[in-house]
Amino acid sequence: MNRFAALLDSLAYEPSRLGKLRLMTGYFRAVGDPDRGFALAALTGTLSFRHAKPALVRTLIYERIDPVLFDLSYDFVGDLSETVALLWPGDHDKSGSHTPRLAEVIATLDAASKLELPGVLARLLDALDETGRWALLKLITGALRVGVSARLAKQAVAELGGYDANAIEDLWHGLAPPYLDLFAWLEGREPRPRPHDSAPFCPAMLAHALTERELEDLAPADFCAEWKWDGIRVQAAVGIGEGGKIIRLYSRTGEEISAAFPDLTEMLARVPHARFSLDGELLILRTGRVQSFGVLQQRLNRKQVTAALLADFPAHIRAYDLLGLEGEDLRALPFAERRRKLEAFVAAAGVERLDLSPQVAFASWDFLAAARRDPAAAGAGADAAAIEGVMLKRRDSIYVPGRPKGLWYKWKRDPFAVDAVLMYAQRGHGKRSSFYSDFTFGLWRAGNDGDELVPVGKAYFGFTDDELRLLDRYVRNHTTNRFGPVREVTHMPDEGLVLEIAFEGVNHSSRHKSGVAMRFPRISRIRWDKPAREADRLETLERLIAD
Amino acid sequence: MAAADILTLKPAGLYCAAGDFFIDPLRPVPRALITHAHSDHARAGHGHVLATAETLAIMAIRYGENFAGATQAVRYGEALTISGVEVGFFPAGHVLGSAQIRLVQGRARIVVSGDYKREPDPTCPTFEPLACDTFISEATFGLPVFRNADAAGEIGKLLASQKLFPERTHLVGAYPLGKAQRIIALLRQAGYDRPVYIHGALEKITAYYQRAGIALGDVRMAAGAGALPGEIVLCPPGAINDLWSRHFAEPRAAFASGWMRVRAHARQRGIELPLVISDHADWDGLCATVEETQCSTLLVTHGEPDALVHCFRQRGLEAAPLHILGYGDEEAETPTETDA
Ligand SMILES: [Zn+2]
Ligand SMILES: [Zn+2]
Repeated sequence: MNRFAALLDSLAYEPSRLGKLRLMTGYFRAVGDPDRGFALAALTGTLSFRHAKPALVRTLIYERIDPVLFDLSYDFVGDLSETVALLWPGDHDKSGSHTPRLAEVIATLDAASKLELPGVLARLLDALDETGRWALLKLITGALRVGVSARLAKQAVAELGGYDANAIEDLWHGLAPPYLDLFAWLEGREPRPRPHDSAPFCPAMLAHALTERELEDLAPADFCAEWKWDGIRVQAAVGIGEGGKIIRLYSRTGEEISAAFPDLTEMLARVPHARFSLDGELLILRTGRVQSFGVLQQRLNRKQVTAALLADFPAHIRAYDLLGLEGEDLRALPFAERRRKLEAFVAAAGVERLDLSPQVAFASWDFLAAARRDPAAAGAGADAAAIEGVMLKRRDSIYVPGRPKGLWYKWKRDPFAVDAVLMYAQRGHGKRSSFYSDFTFGLWRAGNDGDELVPVGKAYFGFTDDELRLLDRYVRNHTTNRFGPVREVTHMPDEGLVLEIAFEGVNHSSRHKSGVAMRFPRISRIRWDKPAREADRLETLERLIAD
Repeated sequence: MAAADILTLKPAGLYCAAGDFFIDPLRPVPRALITHAHSDHARAGHGHVLATAETLAIMAIRYGENFAGATQAVRYGEALTISGVEVGFFPAGHVLGSAQIRLVQGRARIVVSGDYKREPDPTCPTFEPLACDTFISEATFGLPVFRNADAAGEIGKLLASQKLFPERTHLVGAYPLGKAQRIIALLRQAGYDRPVYIHGALEKITAYYQRAGIALGDVRMAAGAGALPGEIVLCPPGAINDLWSRHFAEPRAAFASGWMRVRAHARQRGIELPLVISDHADWDGLCATVEETQCSTLLVTHGEPDALVHCFRQRGLEAAPLHILGYGDEEAETPTETDA
């Protein structure tokens, strides 16, 4: 466990991608089986032991440390695992005692029942030093956050054998921790493990955000356009296993989410093809109309999949790419050709809950820009509210994992913006825990004694590091009240800071005092120049609500 | 007579009415007693300043000879009386010349700690606990997560990294007054005998430490010395990620500070090698010190007062935070000397 903890610790401090790769490859080279395999599983998020909820970790520490002192510390440090690791009592001489290995830790956690987990975790924490405790808590709460993606970890392990991450990706879903066969192959001791998963995840191809300046250099005739749907990107994979059809729904990052969508797996089972893999958007459709992301969010938030949930939030896949069909890998074909195959596939499938994402015909960028501004008028009709822009895909683009340059672009609709007044600030978590970086802002409305500010949302990003420093200083110098970790900041008509808030949309909300909830709000500009009284009014936001 | 009658809080800072003086005032006052020369405690423009000779000398280096109308040097332990208030300065172990100030009037004894630490430091005399009724303590690191590591061990990490990356310049961010000189002295204690290079902002104060008899060995200016691969270069924290740092060979960013105990602080600054070396008392040091003073009232300034207040209220003391706006911590802000 010590080597693994040291690896995580150094990864957390290593700023460069290359440096992180070197650290991981060095670790995989130096550490033996099965520990390194479990480390790879941890870094790629494929460990399956029972995770401890943060609440359990809190309970354990509250039994050992004055809760007031713990809460103050946690507020300051901003990271539960780190706070507990630092405060866990009894970091005495551990030289004589046995430090458990990573494989042992994982086996212990794997074997623990829900009832045993608190005791098991406490004993492990007792046996580890500060860094070890930190690493264990990161592991068991399922939040490593050391700036390493699953992809980067696969890249690092691939380098053992001089391969590319895609070489691992192709095998990945057929492998399991501690990956003895994978390491044996990479070190040239055994042949390549055979991918025996016939419904694997294909690493997704991603688009670059388009700037209007880039548009000048692109030729409209080289591209196809389609709507960019405001849902979640999914990959549906169907194959044949020993026990019959395998049906999987993957998230954009390759996480399997089939269990949450029985309505979709049932649909996929009825498609008259034994093996295929398609890329599309998961949406909620009610009587043929695409619902807003807010509605989809409600389904995603529910843990229990009940009959009522399935009836109220019917899921749907709007397909935009076909990656494989009947054992043939289509990813090397040009997009235009894949699109033709996709159209034929969807038409032949003839199932509900699956349709084709339509293409937007255009001859000039100006025409497409107009369609992007007003999708309803450009053929999207009632679905326009669920469109967040257009996608541009080069007709000749093959399907390349990752975010290759020059092939796919996303061209989002311009966000909405309002000028709001900063009201409260809270220390951030993680990397920003010493800064006031979570900002609550408000808009004016008529109150009993004249105009008053009502909080309408919170923003945590949109600003640069330099702006964050200025905001932090502003908060510290204009604090009028402190409530635990929250500071109230001057917000009067004549004294207050105006923030330009960009956001993607507004919904009704009964949970917010203002009655509205903004989607994806972020600070787009700090209006040092603007007097607080000239900030926008709540009515401005209410007019934007899309039902 | 209660402590509250000796010292009160005014906008300019802690004020003693009987003696008509301030301690570490934040703005110019006619008469100031100064605990140590860090810029948040020692400001220029007072009418009369009473401080240790070292503190006065460092203030003169920073602000120029005419930083105050008049100055008076005091020795540790020397008995002085100002309008019936007995005043004494005692070692605080924070930086060269740093002092706690004890005031006695009638039977009331009050100690203002200034900034302090309990670990031994080769560059200044060690903190002396003083018995008192009211103790005004700093709490820069007033949370139980702060436990200072063994400084020699942290220096060991620096030297190990230097071995591991012999082609890279090790840039060590350290506060120009106190921390930088302590790091050099600790390197010497660890047997490191190569030259140590410093940023221009550290020059005058380091030279003053040497004149004051602190052995720092071969200290050279980094300016004009080339890319210095494999060497240790000390600089103000703000310079680590400055344009200045690009002169060096693949600089490896280290930072010596108590803040390095918390990962987020290191990551925020892009630090690759955090060294937990602090000139402030850690949680255990703060708690032990409060106990040793046997005070019945505890007032807490600087940083994170709430935990200490909570802790000692539970132990039956009268404890409260003392919010003195403007006392930052010399370690939290990037010193302006960076550009020097
Ligand atoms: Zn200080
Ligand atoms: Zn201070």
